Amino acid sequence: MLGDFEVVAGVEVHAELATKTKIFCGCTTEFGGEQNTHVCPVCLGLPGVLPVLNRQVVEYAIKTGLALNSEIAEFSKFDRKNYYYPDLPKNYQTSQYDLPICLGGYVEIEVDGVKKRIGITRVHMEEDAGKLVHSGATISTSDVSFVDYNRTGVPLLEIVSEPDLRSVDETVAYLEKLVQILDYIEVSDCRMEQGSVRFDVNVSLRPKGSDKFGIRTETKNLNSFSSVRRCMEYEIERQAEILSEGGQVIQETRTWDEGKGITLSLRSKEEAHDYRYFPEPDLVPMVIERKWVERVRESMPELPDSRRQRLLGLGLSAYDAGVITSSRDLAEFFDQALAKFKDAKTLANWVMGDFLGLLKAKGLLVQSSPVKPEGLAELLTLVENGTISGKIAKTVIGEMFETGKGAAEIVKEKGLVQISDTSALAGIIDEVVNSNPQSVADFKAGKERAIGFLVGQVMKETKGQANPGLVNKLLKEKLETM
Amino acid sequence: MKISKEQVEHVAMLARLELTEAEKETYTEQLNSILEYAAVLDKLDTKDVPPTAHPLPLHNVFRDDVVKPSISQEEALANAPDQEDGFFKVPKIV
Amino acid sequence: MDLTQLTAHELSDLLARRETSAVELVKAFSDRIDQVEENVKAFNILTRDKALEQAAKLDDKLARGEKPGPLEGIPMALKDNMCTKGVPTTCSSKILKSFVPPYNATVVERLAQAGSIMLGKLNLDEFAMGSSTENSAFAKTRNPWDLERVPGGSSGGAVASVSADEVVFALGSDTGGSIRQPAAFCGVVGLKPTYGYVSRFGLIAFASSLDQIGTLTKDVTDCALVMNVIAGHDPKDSTSAPVDKPDFTKSLINDIKGMRIGIPREYFGVGIDPEVDKVIRQAIAKLEELGAVVEECSLPHTEYAMPTYYLIAPAECSSNLARYDGVRYGYRAPESGDVVGMFKKSRAEGFGPEVKRRIMLGTYALSSGYYDAYYLKALKVRTLIKQDFDQAFEKFDLLLSPTAPTPAFKFGEKSANPLAMYLSDICTVPANLAGIPAISVPCGFADGLPVGLHLMGKAFDEGTLLRVAYTFEQNTDYHKVKPSLGVK
Ligand SMILES: [Zn+2]
Repeated sequence: MLGDFEVVAGVEVHAELATKTKIFCGCTTEFGGEQNTHVCPVCLGLPGVLPVLNRQVVEYAIKTGLALNSEIAEFSKFDRKNYYYPDLPKNYQTSQYDLPICLGGYVEIEVDGVKKRIGITRVHMEEDAGKLVHSGATISTSDVSFVDYNRTGVPLLEIVSEPDLRSVDETVAYLEKLVQILDYIEVSDCRMEQGSVRFDVNVSLRPKGSDKFGIRTETKNLNSFSSVRRCMEYEIERQAEILSEGGQVIQETRTWDEGKGITLSLRSKEEAHDYRYFPEPDLVPMVIERKWVERVRESMPELPDSRRQRLLGLGLSAYDAGVITSSRDLAEFFDQALAKFKDAKTLANWVMGDFLGLLKAKGLLVQSSPVKPEGLAELLTLVENGTISGKIAKTVIGEMFETGKGAAEIVKEKGLVQISDTSALAGIIDEVVNSNPQSVADFKAGKERAIGFLVGQVMKETKGQANPGLVNKLLKEKLETM
Repeated sequence: MKISKEQVEHVAMLARLELTEAEKETYTEQLNSILEYAAVLDKLDTKDVPPTAHPLPLHNVFRDDVVKPSISQEEALANAPDQEDGFFKVPKIV
Repeated sequence: MDLTQLTAHELSDLLARRETSAVELVKAFSDRIDQVEENVKAFNILTRDKALEQAAKLDDKLARGEKPGPLEGIPMALKDNMCTKGVPTTCSSKILKSFVPPYNATVVERLAQAGSIMLGKLNLDEFAMGSSTENSAFAKTRNPWDLERVPGGSSGGAVASVSADEVVFALGSDTGGSIRQPAAFCGVVGLKPTYGYVSRFGLIAFASSLDQIGTLTKDVTDCALVMNVIAGHDPKDSTSAPVDKPDFTKSLINDIKGMRIGIPREYFGVGIDPEVDKVIRQAIAKLEELGAVVEECSLPHTEYAMPTYYLIAPAECSSNLARYDGVRYGYRAPESGDVVGMFKKSRAEGFGPEVKRRIMLGTYALSSGYYDAYYLKALKVRTLIKQDFDQAFEKFDLLLSPTAPTPAFKFGEKSANPLAMYLSDICTVPANLAGIPAISVPCGFADGLPVGLHLMGKAFDEGTLLRVAYTFEQNTDYHKVKPSLGVK
């Protein structure tokens, strides 16, 4: 369908910040709560109230700017964006217009092994609006609507990309990376299911090789990567169809219908927007001292890219390093375990395998895992020093997930300590060799693999508690003397 | 610059004011005379003059990120022209 | 002795000596209100029961031998654009007629802490937009000096209540002269403090970068006493100045020898009533006689102040008043269709013509394609006007002018022509644009109507204004003359 067209896309990301209070008042930002209970005169926009800026919002904006390689403005201010909507208590949104807190920057993405920098135009601070609940199935079939202002005034960062994205894959990779960064630097909870990160996607098409932009549409308020993907695919196809029939795309705002999988025009009969921005007279400007920026820089955690590099340096595969650094929580888990257990590759195998597998089976998040990094390190140390076998360890970790008990405790309780005593094993080995003459003969005839069967038999006899390396060694010695 | 009646209608739309025909006429006339009066500012060359949005040169006024009590739902809704189940109630949006 | 004619400091002395009681004061002023309010119409609402309750509690305290604070037990009232918890706050607008705030303005908290007793809320031009209080949706407040004339505005109810001895003092707000011009019209002392000196939290906004709460009192001493209570930094107002508040009574010094006073010639231009001009010249002579060094000067951008003001104030107002939409509070038009229809009808029916005119003007000035030509231009000219003052204050301690070019005018005289009405603020608007303090004090009469002397000072130098005003007052008797409450 795309034929001779090239996709040009850019995204505006709205991320709710993880502050305790709203941007201009002391109301909690906690999610949920009965309607209109996380409100006060200020966020309800009652007559006479005034805003006072939450310092933490500015700090998080600076942190985000640093993580996105942006320039942090020395002078920044708030402006009013004027428009009427029932979820907007003052009928203006306090936002930033011509002097946003962060300018420029980029995010590096990798698609099909090709690295690319996606430019960031700007990052600015603003307040969120409230929530509308409609009496009918949709806004247009509702006779009345209900307004809840609990989310009004929750701080948002708007992160605007350059129109540097050339495909759906690039767009999704960019968004995944951006959300990963916000998660890493802990400025946002990034709880997509609660709408704490939302995407407005601008898409246009142009003939391949052209350097002019085509006419774009903006689809607002997408709240998952998969919606972005489906929406873009739909929109690209829709525009390509129009263009290849010689038509013109209309520049407009559209909305995504998740159920039907289509975008719809949001054109209202009322107006072309004229937001009448002007400097917010109730807030004073910000002069961001470099000292402050440096202090934030020093407090920055290691970002995903450099973390990934470090893990590759420890010998991890690109895939493993990618998975482990995909979320800050998992990467932190790995690093904390690594501090106690130095074999990064073995650790990675366990994290990627049993640990994540069990988490998934239990439907748990890393941070709520009953097995802590120290616990996993303890378990792997038991394997490393031969106290238990790898196979037993798999049982133990399952037990750890079930009971929350420590590895050593479980091993002791269940008597799982590996038999590493030569004399204890000698009898069993003799027995196995005597009762499996065929395998012995095969080995003698040069079939090296036959020893595997014999080791297995010893392990079976010892209920897996024998040290497999030692069994192997003792068996070989025994067979050679025969 | 002269404001037309159409512009007055557009401005009234932006400001969410329903105007009668008579009001449109009056405001067109009055806005024109006020803007004509304001045209005296054009005499001044302000190319290199910075704007003054705030009379006091204050900057960096912040509050700490500390939760303060909100008001009750009942207080929040006490002045509402229409409400239901703890929500503000509004007519059809589109 | 008529208690209602006394000042706060005089009444406070009586209370301290237990020669009167707080309850007696509330009753005396309540009786006075009953006697004159029918003619004056200063109040939107009276809160006498609460006042009596509060007074009785205070009397218990005084009976235990506690000494009253300077404003403790003093009856006062507030312009009805300051939020009072549990007491309707209407801005004299239909759109807020039923609004009862769940919170107190900072000044209300501070006065309550100081023990002042509120008797009610005072009429104003709707949303403080106007110069005659004729734009109130509820009543026409009348000038106690001549009931056929306006009290000035927008704090018309506040000045009239003080002038007619219905209260001891009142708080007003001043965006372009709304304290000083009516103070001049009704012969009381009106101070607009430096922008940022008094918290705006809880003051229902008209134009945020110009609005300032100030005092209306019977003399300069009371002005200092009220400022001692209401001024000072407020963490709830980001534009509140982080400065230490002085004891303003320390500036009440009867001596201005060597004080340098500038007379900006632009304030004596076209439109000034010859009688007013004469009275002001006499006042200047009086100040010279008292030892001030007076010299003519120029504030060259004065002629641009009015057009600048009439772009900035409406622009901010158009946004500040957007919240009155019939969703969370205030008037909602019945049967008005969808949300957009409801917004448009509620606002059309809820706002009066002057408010709508300014919303229209401000919306236009901010709209796409006109922002640079109007709003941004005005902000730049504001800088030039501010610079005029900065330069003048290098040479002078304060500047002097009439408060208004004419005395109080008759009802209806200017309401047909918005521009003519706007021009009555021509002397007061520049101080708001520059954010500097200015005071109006009674300085004589023109055709039997009070005239105000307007003094403008450096930012946060209220002290000098108070000192000159106090010296003038101590050496004249204009502030002691009482209005007739009749028709001239
Ligand atoms: Zn709040």
